[in-house]
Amino acid sequence: MSVFLQFLFSGLTTGAVYAMVGLGFNIIYNATSIINLAQGEFVVIGGLMMWYFSEAMKLPFFISAILAVASTGLIGLLMERLTIRPVKKSDLLLMIMITIAVSIVLRGILMFKFGKDPYTYAPFTEGEPIHIYGAFIQQQTLWVIGITLFFIILIFLFFNKTMLGKAMKACAVNPVAARITGINVDKMVMLSFVLSAMMGAVAGIAVTPITLMEYDRGPMLAVKGFCAAIMGGLGRGRGSVIGGFIIGILESMTAGYIHSGAKDAVALVIILVILFFKPAGIFGSKTIADLRRF
Amino acid sequence: MLHIENITKYFGGLTALEDISFFVKEGIIEAIIGPNGAGKTTLLNIISGIYAPDKGSVRFKGLEINNTSPYQIAKAGISRTFQHVELFGNMTVLENIMVGRYLRTKAGLFACGFRLPSASAEERAIKRDSEQILEYIGLSHRRNEKASSLPIGEERKLEIGRAIATEPSLLLLDEPASGLNEVETSDLSFFIKKLRDQKNITIILVEHDMRLVMDISDSIVVLDFGKMLAEGTPQEIQNNKLVIDAYLGEDEEVCL
Repeated sequence: MSVFLQFLFSGLTTGAVYAMVGLGFNIIYNATSIINLAQGEFVVIGGLMMWYFSEAMKLPFFISAILAVASTGLIGLLMERLTIRPVKKSDLLLMIMITIAVSIVLRGILMFKFGKDPYTYAPFTEGEPIHIYGAFIQQQTLWVIGITLFFIILIFLFFNKTMLGKAMKACAVNPVAARITGINVDKMVMLSFVLSAMMGAVAGIAVTPITLMEYDRGPMLAVKGFCAAIMGGLGRGRGSVIGGFIIGILESMTAGYIHSGAKDAVALVIILVILFFKPAGIFGSKTIADLRRF
Repeated sequence: MLHIENITKYFGGLTALEDISFFVKEGIIEAIIGPNGAGKTTLLNIISGIYAPDKGSVRFKGLEINNTSPYQIAKAGISRTFQHVELFGNMTVLENIMVGRYLRTKAGLFACGFRLPSASAEERAIKRDSEQILEYIGLSHRRNEKASSLPIGEERKLEIGRAIATEPSLLLLDEPASGLNEVETSDLSFFIKKLRDQKNITIILVEHDMRLVMDISDSIVVLDFGKMLAEGTPQEIQNNKLVIDAYLGEDEEVCL
């Protein structure tokens, strides 16, 4: 029982990160139908920037966190301005390939600036791990899960309760009508990149004290997050959150009970199974998937 | 209010509109009629900024708008509906109207993100205004239903409601009566007149239903294969030889 709980907690931690990456995918996908494969790099940049501001520059925790989120948001903005905006009218597949290129370039820059070593910094709060039925749960784990849930609620409120969020949602639902209703769709696309980069940064900041962070974590995170997103049915926020947690837990169970080497295969197998049997996702609706542009 | 001057538009080798010029006075209902493929919707798309014309200019309240993006044209006070209703399907009826009011909001990302009092107050005001608009178009009872679940008549009403929410001074209606039955159509004609008289909105109407057009228009422009065929009052148009010929050459069922 205690071993099972231990695996469950570690699964919830990684699951929370996958959920955030999945949400990041959805924000951009909803606004543009692009699948941004540089999503994982946002998480890495968030963690590494947090290290830079808090450990290298010795800035206080909150200021470092705000700066890390803001700088990652800025990178999201630059990405949209420099690589997506100029080819706006072009083929969707090309745009997705551009995001792969961006991810490679970002990884190169990160390796150049931070080297290949993993980085970490102190957890948010010091203190003994908490005992639950013989399993240990680190305080940082609670932070990760708490922050994830907090941001998921925030995103939900943003899209449903604020005018700006409604306008963004409107762009996703019907860009033609949104334009004619006086919404600057280009601005909303830019905003979606900034938001999703900031979302990734938050995940990176929270998880780095547990898992450490190095320059080349991005692609794996992107694959897992993408898996969470398609499991939930692309474009559905709640689905991707549930998907993220399911993948995290399955991974950690596989690593614990079968073999740690088989861990990364879980997400890939899930992707294949979903694509073969239920391409609209477990929580997605077939009609909506068909109505999508691709 | 709206000057259309020498508008020409090509699609590849096809001339969709050729040298169209007319003038829409403030406070009237101007109808644009013509057989299918005459270029009516293309003209609306040019006025609302979806297409840029190849030649000519569109001036709205003295300002040239033919190279302006649709959202800026909406801000300037031109709104429209579509031949095939374009709503925000999986949002509620009320939200559809609220999105229409978005361009009249001021709160930015910062204020919205942090739920500042200014943003919340503005949103409450928007909600109140939007509910009044729902009342005005008679859809209050549907406020929390998904827009995609409405029958076609109410979809059209909602689309007009969303257009009104942007506070336009010029409203373009693209075949608002298509898909409506006789009762709904006469409701609609009453409603369009109400918009002109109560809200002082100038209206450009593209429509195939001749009874509706002759009933409510103050002035009519007739297009045929991208060219201006005639312009005048409903009376003049009904007696115009060219118009009668153009329509008799068509299989379309119209009673002039």
